[in-house]
Amino acid sequence: MDFGLSKKHEMAQGLFREFAEKEVKPLAQEVDETEKFPRETVDKMAKAGFLGIPVPKEFGGQGCDPLTYVMCVEELSKVCGTTGVIVSAHTSLCVDPIQTYGTPEQKAKYLPDLASGKKLGAFGLTEPGAGTDAQGQQTKAVLDEATNEWVLNGSKCFITNGKEADVYIVIAVTGKVEKRGKTMKEISAFIVEKGTPGFTFGTKENKMGIRGSSTYELIFTDCRIPAENLLGQKGKGFNIAMHTLDGGRIGIAAQALGLAEGALETTINYVKERKQFGRSIAQFQNTQFVLADLATKVEAAKLLVYKAAMKKAEYQANPKVSYSVEAAMAKLAAAEIAMEVTTKCVQLHGGYGYIREYDVERMMRDAKITEIYEGTSEVQRMVISANIMK
Amino acid sequence: MKIVVCVKQVPDTKGGVQFNPDGTLNRAAMLTIMNPDDKAGLEAALRLKDQYGAEVTVVTMGLPKAEEVLREAIAMGADKGILVTDRVLGGADTWATSTTLAGALRNLEYDLIITGRQAIDGDTAQVGPQISEHLDIPVISYAQEIKVDGDSVVVKRQYDDRYHMVKAKMPCLITALAELNEPRYMTPGGIFDAYDAEITVWGRADLKDIDDSNLGLKGSPTKIAKASDKVRKGAGEKVTPDSPDEAAKLVVDKLLAKHII
Repeated sequence: MDFGLSKKHEMAQGLFREFAEKEVKPLAQEVDETEKFPRETVDKMAKAGFLGIPVPKEFGGQGCDPLTYVMCVEELSKVCGTTGVIVSAHTSLCVDPIQTYGTPEQKAKYLPDLASGKKLGAFGLTEPGAGTDAQGQQTKAVLDEATNEWVLNGSKCFITNGKEADVYIVIAVTGKVEKRGKTMKEISAFIVEKGTPGFTFGTKENKMGIRGSSTYELIFTDCRIPAENLLGQKGKGFNIAMHTLDGGRIGIAAQALGLAEGALETTINYVKERKQFGRSIAQFQNTQFVLADLATKVEAAKLLVYKAAMKKAEYQANPKVSYSVEAAMAKLAAAEIAMEVTTKCVQLHGGYGYIREYDVERMMRDAKITEIYEGTSEVQRMVISANIMK
Repeated sequence: MKIVVCVKQVPDTKGGVQFNPDGTLNRAAMLTIMNPDDKAGLEAALRLKDQYGAEVTVVTMGLPKAEEVLREAIAMGADKGILVTDRVLGGADTWATSTTLAGALRNLEYDLIITGRQAIDGDTAQVGPQISEHLDIPVISYAQEIKVDGDSVVVKRQYDDRYHMVKAKMPCLITALAELNEPRYMTPGGIFDAYDAEITVWGRADLKDIDDSNLGLKGSPTKIAKASDKVRKGAGEKVTPDSPDEAAKLVVDKLLAKHII
């Protein structure tokens, strides 16, 4: 067992760190304050290949492993949670399912533009009445056999990269099936392109954190998409969504890890400078002990996140391997640690920590969502417990 | 077109500088980066590659650790890396370095050689022009802009207060300024390729047409009297005189006060 990074991973980490410091950090506060989607940063990331890191070279990607992708989201999130989730939602929730379940034609059509960042991706599963309970889906897709088109009706909410994306993975009900004597909804997955008639956007959400991320409602009104845009087999949409979220959780875990690391680094610098009672607050044992605990937790989160990424790499070599539990553990731990670390970092900043000018204030607001989206902490506990007690 | 870019691994000045007892730099102990002027030179070569199509080979001389800058260059888009390393080459000054690099470059085909203007550790700006002398090709230093025109290059050469447009027939050597461009980022896939790529390693035996007396510490006429970290300049005094006459008087008074005139 080797806990060290290889030379190439070290160099990649250095690249992401340099990019984050130079291109992302200077905009983080403004992006939060104005809720402005950082389009220029996304274009720069596209140019640097950050939007296709785990995509094979044959599809125009970078051909790197999941660990490299995770380190990218981590380093971006250290300085800006918004930028981290843009990359994570695009890569894990849109590019990955097309790569995993797409037909050769779908891969050839969509992956090169997505991997090069020419187009941005998003994923729509959640509905007002269906979050954790994916069976509660109301959005319907009906095949019009005369025209060989699927007709979508319904809406999706809280969609990351909402209005900014070009390609959307949309989950919808396509019928009913009998399962163990019960009638269940048959769920399928589709690829929907922006600009398709009948596909519009609802309200933009005004959020607590990750405020530059474009979170919108997607509305489908008799939205017709070609039959070939069905992703994977009809009726396999639930599996596709769950498997996609397994991967997404590693991305969000990396975002949470980055936020925790960013808050910790900022706070270590702050306590050395801040003076009270004639000395720096770094000299107080309370400060030292709190930071020691936080650093230990961040390290633990990091090991879980990196392990989940390694497990996903194992899965790519051998599809019989499951990384579902590792992803759930990584997300559960990293999200809760991010919340604890950022909250305690605000505390160590005292009054200044409550002021918008200080990065930890934003980081604490950004961290909260990592306990909620792509499966709440409670869902992660369900996944983990179901697995350890089977 | 074939372009060779000479790059140097230099101490990252953000990390502080350390010296050996003999006054030379303790390179093994320091964080390192690709010299900024050289990186601009590499970017210029890569842009020529993007625009006209070219094979870009990167050459460095240094410790085995210096292969890192070659991998960085490949991760940015260079095609090949050559590391010139040998114990007998250690302690080289600009003369011994340019002799060594010229010995390596004689093994290669090139239309254009690009070096950085100067390295941030030695600040001499001598190696590039010296290489051109060894190879007997024209040199254009301090390039701010590079264009290819048929079998020639047209370079905007920077001065303090003006620039010259200089045209030279290839093969020739150009020294680049960090201000020349904003170097591209490596790509993650480029990094993976760079670590799969094989770096060619050359030692003394691979250098062509050179004499041992011009190599390494022994072949270096420069003797270091004293070396120090950069002394930070003061902020200075800013004045905004109303007229040229007043400005001249101000300067003259200052110089008189310091007994310079």
